[in-house]
Amino acid sequence: MLAFIFKRLGQSIIVMLAVALISFIMFRYVGDPVASMVSQEATIADQELLRERLGLNDPFYVQFFRFIMNALQGNFGISYRLQTPVADLIMSRLPATIELALTSATIALIVGIVAGVFTALNRKSPIAAGIMAFSLIGVSLPTFLIGIGLIYIFAVELQWLPSFGRGQVVDLGWWRTGFLTETGLRSLILPAITLSLFQMTLIMRLVRAEMLEVLRQDYIKFARARGLSKRAINFSHALKNTMVPVITIAGLQLGSIITGALITETVFQWPGIGSLFLSSVAVVDVPVMAAYLIFVGFVFVIVNLIVDILYYVVDPRLRVGGSSKGH
Amino acid sequence: MTDITPSAPKGRFAKIIDSDIFFSYRTSPVAIVSSIVAAILVLAAIFAPWIAPYDPFSPRTLNLMNGFTPPMSESMLGAFFIFGSDHQGRDVFSAILYGSRVSLLVGVSAVMFAMILGVSLGLIAGFRGGLTDTVIMRIADIQLSFPSILIALLIFGIARGILPPAQQENMAIFVLIFAIGLSDWAQFARTVRGSTMVERQKDYVSAARIIGVKPIFILIRHILPNVLGPVLVIGTIGLALAIIAEATLSFLGVGVPPTRPSLGTLIRIGQQFLFSGEWWILFFPAITLVLLALSVNLLGDWLRDALNPRLR
Repeated sequence: MLAFIFKRLGQSIIVMLAVALISFIMFRYVGDPVASMVSQEATIADQELLRERLGLNDPFYVQFFRFIMNALQGNFGISYRLQTPVADLIMSRLPATIELALTSATIALIVGIVAGVFTALNRKSPIAAGIMAFSLIGVSLPTFLIGIGLIYIFAVELQWLPSFGRGQVVDLGWWRTGFLTETGLRSLILPAITLSLFQMTLIMRLVRAEMLEVLRQDYIKFARARGLSKRAINFSHALKNTMVPVITIAGLQLGSIITGALITETVFQWPGIGSLFLSSVAVVDVPVMAAYLIFVGFVFVIVNLIVDILYYVVDPRLRVGGSSKGH
Repeated sequence: MTDITPSAPKGRFAKIIDSDIFFSYRTSPVAIVSSIVAAILVLAAIFAPWIAPYDPFSPRTLNLMNGFTPPMSESMLGAFFIFGSDHQGRDVFSAILYGSRVSLLVGVSAVMFAMILGVSLGLIAGFRGGLTDTVIMRIADIQLSFPSILIALLIFGIARGILPPAQQENMAIFVLIFAIGLSDWAQFARTVRGSTMVERQKDYVSAARIIGVKPIFILIRHILPNVLGPVLVIGTIGLALAIIAEATLSFLGVGVPPTRPSLGTLIRIGQQFLFSGEWWILFFPAITLVLLALSVNLLGDWLRDALNPRLR
């Protein structure tokens, strides 16, 4: 298993280098870094001086190497628009996004799995049919419309929940959390549901299909013949075996979580890094765009690594056979 | 796909009526309903200038006194609005007609672009194999794992940085088509590569090769027609996705310029009036977008099942 992890780590580093190269090219060649840093009165000579001092006249690979070294130390340059270090901007916005993403992933997993098992076990009940019809909406409606719809129902008409922002936050060192205040939790509900809905319906449909498949197999019949309780069969025999595809899909869907977060943050004016990226696209704030790209690449690599390791944890067959190579 | 019985010579129309595809269409209520809805929406968009009761973008016909008229009612000036009017006195119904025009134009062009790019790269990868194949498919893998909206946003940002400001307004729609198309080609390439690799082994390709047909002609004249079935399916579902992608980008404010609003732009505008109770400015464009995307999507689903011989 260690050898496998090392091999995956090697691949991850190559992917990260490719992402870094793209964002470096963007950073260096989209717009003129000097023009956006100097004041209006700067002479050509001043600009040349700054160009030399920033090392923009060095050869390409020297600049790229310096870019990577800086990125490794958490230095992504200075935002053109806000004139503050990009790393500080991202760090101040990151907790909001992580809290939103984790909450919605938890909702999606729990509700998705429970609803999936329920609809698989009670195929003919009208409630299950209702859940399935509802899930079609979750798959086909665009995220921003779901968000707007929820705002209209729960914030405008019923006025139960706030429609924008994070509510009151509490400082825990550099981490500002919304989990500890009532307004913070209330503000979290609508965005978290919006973001989770797509994943939830996907996981639910997958668990249902897998459960139906597994329940037909011989070892389930055998378990029934042995007189095991329904609960033991359904949960410890059947559900366990549906987890491998669920992990795969949940891992593959990371991309849609990232864009979903971006859209959700915009709809609910959630102060996370997605809305930071979006506002930087609008004004071509290249350092922020480049840093966001690297960040997204990094999250991708880490999550893929975790998913690969999870296979080993969930599926014992992979642990025994040295010849099997994962998925 | 459909084999024609050699017995009685039939007219072209009778052939279509007899075909498997048409049978599967006739027996699928979902396909009939969704194709009718899609057809109505597309026709309404194409004939917008003749159907629309007002020209929503001409400043001459706009009157602020007509603003915020609820649906199915007359404004203070006596103008009638089926779907109501927005803050500038623009007829929401006409704006939707013109808006779905922009949405469909961007969606169809983006899918065409993605299709041409993806199918050619897929054909080349599947036919040549080896290093070409590896390089193209690796790029497709990376592309597929990256969210397409994010790629489109990046391309959009880069285009903004490179293009001169005066050009940006005019070029926005092309940048949008390019960005959505470029983030969508990998699906086509993957499918076409798979079927090309199968077709390449078949006798008719060897025969063509032996009589000295050039590889490019083998690809276009012989292999291409045999791999187009799945492409049609991906193209239809891709159209639904492209329409939603365009709406999302326009909603996020990086799509088409506000002077030529698409459905997404109209939703973005309507969202501002959600709290003040003018729900119709948002509701009707949103419902049109959902109907359009959903009907095209269901049509694609049906087409996939109908073209799949194993499910017949």
